[in-house]
Amino acid sequence: MPLLDARDVHGGYGGMNILNGVDMAIEADEIGVIVGPNGAGKSTMLKAVFGLLRVSQGEILLRGEPIHNLPPNRLVQKGMGFVPQEYNVFPSLSVKENLQMGAYLKPGNVKRMLSRVYEFFPPLKDKRHQPAGELSGGQRQMVAMGRALMAEPEVLLLDEPTAGLSPRYMNEIFERVKEVNAAGVGILMVEQNAKQALAIADKGFVLAAGQNRFTDTGAALLADPDVAKSFLGG
Amino acid sequence: MSTTRTDTVAAPRRFPLREVVIFVALLVAVLGVYGIMGAAYSTRMLVEASCYAILALGLTIQWGYAGQFNAGVMGFVALGGFCAMFFSVPVNEAFWDSELPGELAVVLGYIVGAALVVFGASRLDRLGVPKKLRTVITVALAVVLYLVVISAFRGVAGQIESQAGFVGGLGLPSWVGWIVGGVLAGGVGYFIGHVCLGLRSDYLAIATIGIAEIIKAFLKNSDWLTRGTATVSPLPWPVPGPAEVGFTLARALYLSVTAVLIAAIFFLLHRAYHAPWGRMIRAIRDNEISSAAMGKNINRRRLEIFVLGCILMGIGGAVLASFNSLFDPQGYLPLNHTFLVLVMVILGGPGNNLGTIFGAVAVYIIWLMSEPLALFLMELAVNFGESTFGWDAPASLDSRALQARVFVIGLLITLVLRFAPKGLLPEKTKHVD
Amino acid sequence: MNELVFFINNVVIAGSVAGSIYAIGAVGVTLIFSIMRFAHFAHGDMMTFGAFMVLLLTTLFPQAGAALGVPTPLIMLPLAMALTALLAVGIDRTFYKPLRAHGVKPIVMVIASLGVTLMLQGLIRLFAGTGGESLYVDDRKEIFRIPLPIEGVRVPVVITEPQLYLFALTLMSVVALHFFLSRSRLGKAMRAMSDNPDLARASGINTNTIVAVTWVLAGGLAAIAGTLLSLDVTFKPDLSFFLLLPIFAAAIVGGVGHPYGAIAGGFVVGFAETLAVFNWGILLRPFRDSLPEWLSLPGNLAFVGTEYKIVVPFFILVAILVWRPTGIFKGKVI
Repeated sequence: MPLLDARDVHGGYGGMNILNGVDMAIEADEIGVIVGPNGAGKSTMLKAVFGLLRVSQGEILLRGEPIHNLPPNRLVQKGMGFVPQEYNVFPSLSVKENLQMGAYLKPGNVKRMLSRVYEFFPPLKDKRHQPAGELSGGQRQMVAMGRALMAEPEVLLLDEPTAGLSPRYMNEIFERVKEVNAAGVGILMVEQNAKQALAIADKGFVLAAGQNRFTDTGAALLADPDVAKSFLGG
Repeated sequence: MSTTRTDTVAAPRRFPLREVVIFVALLVAVLGVYGIMGAAYSTRMLVEASCYAILALGLTIQWGYAGQFNAGVMGFVALGGFCAMFFSVPVNEAFWDSELPGELAVVLGYIVGAALVVFGASRLDRLGVPKKLRTVITVALAVVLYLVVISAFRGVAGQIESQAGFVGGLGLPSWVGWIVGGVLAGGVGYFIGHVCLGLRSDYLAIATIGIAEIIKAFLKNSDWLTRGTATVSPLPWPVPGPAEVGFTLARALYLSVTAVLIAAIFFLLHRAYHAPWGRMIRAIRDNEISSAAMGKNINRRRLEIFVLGCILMGIGGAVLASFNSLFDPQGYLPLNHTFLVLVMVILGGPGNNLGTIFGAVAVYIIWLMSEPLALFLMELAVNFGESTFGWDAPASLDSRALQARVFVIGLLITLVLRFAPKGLLPEKTKHVD
Repeated sequence: MNELVFFINNVVIAGSVAGSIYAIGAVGVTLIFSIMRFAHFAHGDMMTFGAFMVLLLTTLFPQAGAALGVPTPLIMLPLAMALTALLAVGIDRTFYKPLRAHGVKPIVMVIASLGVTLMLQGLIRLFAGTGGESLYVDDRKEIFRIPLPIEGVRVPVVITEPQLYLFALTLMSVVALHFFLSRSRLGKAMRAMSDNPDLARASGINTNTIVAVTWVLAGGLAAIAGTLLSLDVTFKPDLSFFLLLPIFAAAIVGGVGHPYGAIAGGFVVGFAETLAVFNWGILLRPFRDSLPEWLSLPGNLAFVGTEYKIVVPFFILVAILVWRPTGIFKGKVI
């Protein structure tokens, strides 16, 4: 049984349909990457999975259990974590408090998970008493991922984690994503840096106009000349 | 308007059933009041309602056209009332024949002079004085000069009060006071709007509540200017008064004046609403960002609309004070002069002038009728209490019964916001299908 | 030196009293603002309601305090806080929540809160009348006159018993609030929601709970502030509109959404008020003979008369909006 299984998902904002039948499935311990041109519905798909958007047709299963249209706090309880692209930290809270908020529903986790998150992201330990709003972009992204990890999710949704970061931080974030995944957390992420992202992906989903265009392993998509020509800039 | 624009397609013309039904009902209610309470009383009610309609039109353009919430209508009404009093009340010989006007002029001269000195000090940095030093000098000068000038002023004001009562009026026709009242209210509105309109909309509400209380405090405590709590009356009318032609006819004449005023305001607003200016105002209200992106000067337009609304409130307040023939600063209450107007606007239909006028008249009738009703109900309750439990009712019961109306107005506001947020006659927006 | 004592009595003590009341009121306003993003105009009447509950309970059980040796109103305060908190939550459920669910603009919430303020006003005056009443129903207001051990000082420092309780209560509330916001799980979640409501939801924080907690806090604090005010002078049912301006000025001065700023802002406004109505001529009295004539002439050197006290918070409000709309502590809501 796949960890996360979305079948023929339709949905959008108001009357506008953005998703017109998206399928994607990842197994536990896999990294799934969603790529595609602007407006293809990549972030929308992620939001639909996390219950921030009404799914009008189709279904989304977590370990075989339907979860579409559940409110986000229920999904957090069920083992899903979400890191939005923007505004993904609490700027006036300290780094430590940000992380504590991640374990809001599982207060018993705090002590154990804090040390694990500090292991994943050593810079956070030194800055744990600093307000998150004062950190650099890359460190904020670490806080955001750390916050989501605090609830010990089985699957972590990342919306463009490297957007706006310098190449040095970009590589670092990709490394962290790999480490988090190696620790047993399934990852579904949207990425603009398609080549780098597909390179670490077990599954790749190329979306266009709210539908799957190509679905394969990351390596196969990178090797596919059609994908390369249309979506990876040749 | 007869001209049709090509870029908007008017909704298919239909018989305005809703409007007709609502206004017929209103007419029946007015006739009912005439039948029960008599012509003199009812005409007075209509005049007051029409004054409130002017206030409500002022608020409907601020809130309905532009989404600005003015929570201090009372202040602008009081300013208008003051101007109506100051310009129309007969000249006070006891003041003008003494040397007090000269002394007052000297003190006013001091005030202007002090203001100029402080302003000059604030420009000292142009002469090479360091900015910090300039600020210190300016603040120190302002404090010292203010204290000196204000105590000189207190002296003169006290003398005026003891020797002449108050400065008195200017003995001019009423309409001069009405116009100046509008201008003065607009000026205060400009100041408030200038400070608050660029910020969150809540700040405007806070600031207007504040300025209203300040205006009231000023008018109430400046006995030399307004006789304060002693009140000024009578104020002359622009039409023959009750002493000459009887109550009903005099009030009917006054009603015709206010009716003409409302018709003129209504017509001008209608023109403005459908002119490019009105479209721009509504565009800004509905989508600020895209209007800004199209190069509209948002804050300028907002200020215009806010000042316009305040001018109408000033005029309405002046007309109302003249009609009551009494200027009583303590009689200005947030409930009667801010929230009643607010209910009129949100119930009638914010942004819809016809709906606003309907709301003004309808709510005013209900308001007047609720007073005897509240007293009656309270009496019933007391009688019931006395006969059943032998309850000894407190003496101040009448004033408490009237507090029930405060509750009802509050309830009405929250209910309308929840269940009829667009009012009984919603603002008509043209659809492009 | 007598003049200095006079200054202490009229400015330092009076300013601290007013500042404490405004600070506690402003904290409530700023908390509501930071969670629900609207200016809650019914706060003044929530304060009045809290004080009225204390009055009611004190009138019902006037002897309750004697047993414990403290004034009865203070015994009744926790109960009144609970009742006011209940009222606040109830008001939110009945009037604000449906509007919020509708997604109305904040300014519509402001108007709704004005409707609520009128309803509260009507109810309170219906039951309490419009006159003032002392909360010290059966107790006696102790007044302490502390003579200063300095040569030539005849005027004592005067402080009343309710004022001492007021300072103690203010300190306790501020400390308790600080620990709640910085240590407790709910307090941190409240700050998180004020920072970023969407992310709070995505973290699994139940925002409805936080809203309810905010109202409980705001109601409790409003009851404290109203009771402190009524203890210091008398209970007056018609104070709310005069309280709104200083409290909102305090919240904005401190930076809206910033509880510690609101406390500072409360004291700024309180002291500004007392300094403005203080007759500075008194301090100049010892130098009377050496002053130039034009300065010694005026007998009353107060900036504004007490009848114009309301001008002071308004002036502060306008000044802060013109020069620094984010407040001295950089509020997050402009």
